[in-house]
Amino acid sequence: MTMRPITEDDLHGFVDRRLEPQRLTEVRAYLADHPEIAARINGYGQQRDMLRAALAPIAEEPLPSTLNLTRMIEIQQRPRGLPWWASAAAAVALVVAGGAGGWSLRSLSPRPAEGVASLAREAADSFAVYAPDHIHPVELRASERAELVAWASQRLGRPVAVPDLSGSGYRFMGGRLVATEHGPAVLFMYDDDHGTRLVMLTRPMATEQNAPMSPLAQGTVNGFAWAVHGMGYSLVGSPPAEALHPIADEARRQIARDA
Amino acid sequence: MPVLDQRSLNDMTSLIEPIIPALRRYARGLVRDHSTADDLVQDCLELAVGRWHQRHADGNPRAWIFAIFHNLFRTRLRRMARRPLHFAIEDTDEAALSIDAPQDQQLHFRDVLAALAQLPEEHRSVLLLVTVEDLSYAETAKVLDVPIGTVMSRLSRARARLSEIMSGEARRDATYPPLRRVK
Repeated sequence: MTMRPITEDDLHGFVDRRLEPQRLTEVRAYLADHPEIAARINGYGQQRDMLRAALAPIAEEPLPSTLNLTRMIEIQQRPRGLPWWASAAAAVALVVAGGAGGWSLRSLSPRPAEGVASLAREAADSFAVYAPDHIHPVELRASERAELVAWASQRLGRPVAVPDLSGSGYRFMGGRLVATEHGPAVLFMYDDDHGTRLVMLTRPMATEQNAPMSPLAQGTVNGFAWAVHGMGYSLVGSPPAEALHPIADEARRQIARDA
Repeated sequence: MPVLDQRSLNDMTSLIEPIIPALRRYARGLVRDHSTADDLVQDCLELAVGRWHQRHADGNPRAWIFAIFHNLFRTRLRRMARRPLHFAIEDTDEAALSIDAPQDQQLHFRDVLAALAQLPEEHRSVLLLVTVEDLSYAETAKVLDVPIGTVMSRLSRARARLSEIMSGEARRDATYPPLRRVK
């Protein structure tokens, strides 16, 4: 017989059902000829079945709430375990506390201090403040576009343009100047027929003057941020990232074209 | 952990969530105390979520998570060894008792789990990963960070030892049947 000798590994492979068909046939033949070894291997098979059966109910138990993955992700996605509004509220409280409070803000801030990541945070914060506002979401309306553009261009020291997102179903509502840690930024707001609002924030970039588009998620706000020729742009809103991505691409295309 | 976009979050959830029941089962096979086992699973999941961006996207998430769990478990085990607290509990096992199985089958389950608890930890983990969690020998080697030959020899010793313990139990069972049945 030219068969490779049967090994202990083959016998375990037999128990665990990991053998190739050819080897399986050989092991079966071997076990038929060696009843004592067959009895031992059979015992291992029973062991396997018993272990599986004894432990199977554990995998059927409802998961305890401490193992809620969605909640774990939510907590880890928040900077330093705080929801964005809590850190914003803490910042406000520090300012209100007055005195030297303001000086410690930078070191206490859990936010990325520079680059498009910080721009994205600012956009998400502005969205949180202005998008739910039904009284004065914008300071200058769409009809005052020329005035808004002139004002923003003067304050930002760079010409700004309003991307037209009507191809994606979003109308320009108007805009305002907002304060950021890095100076003034201009906010443009858009909405669609369902009243879903998007915010685009633009400001000059001290660092990361050119940056590829990168996604962000902060709480329920999704968005994208990028920078071209020293100007940073961030488009944010509540729709899922998949829906926002083509709109951000369109805005970037128009900005690149107009630059 | 870096801020992930919604798609990465969805991917992560859909890949990790289905593994959790098996991870709990493995944890309880290693550590029979329920809350210690679930605490380990929770710590493991938190680590997995935090390190998700570090994993190889084409890798097997199951083996990856079991490997994280195993490292965590070994670290705890070392800490426990310094501050004694028994991991292997040989008393009643509620998992086996609470299930809907005929009385004698429940006793078998309890016997096999009690026998398992008597194995050294390195034998228990190999036996559970291979026979209960259906990891391949190669995946098991990766999870435990040992050569595959070590997996095979541990598996062999674990099975032989478990048989010995079980047949010892069976003999005692035959000698003193009333003692086993009144529980």
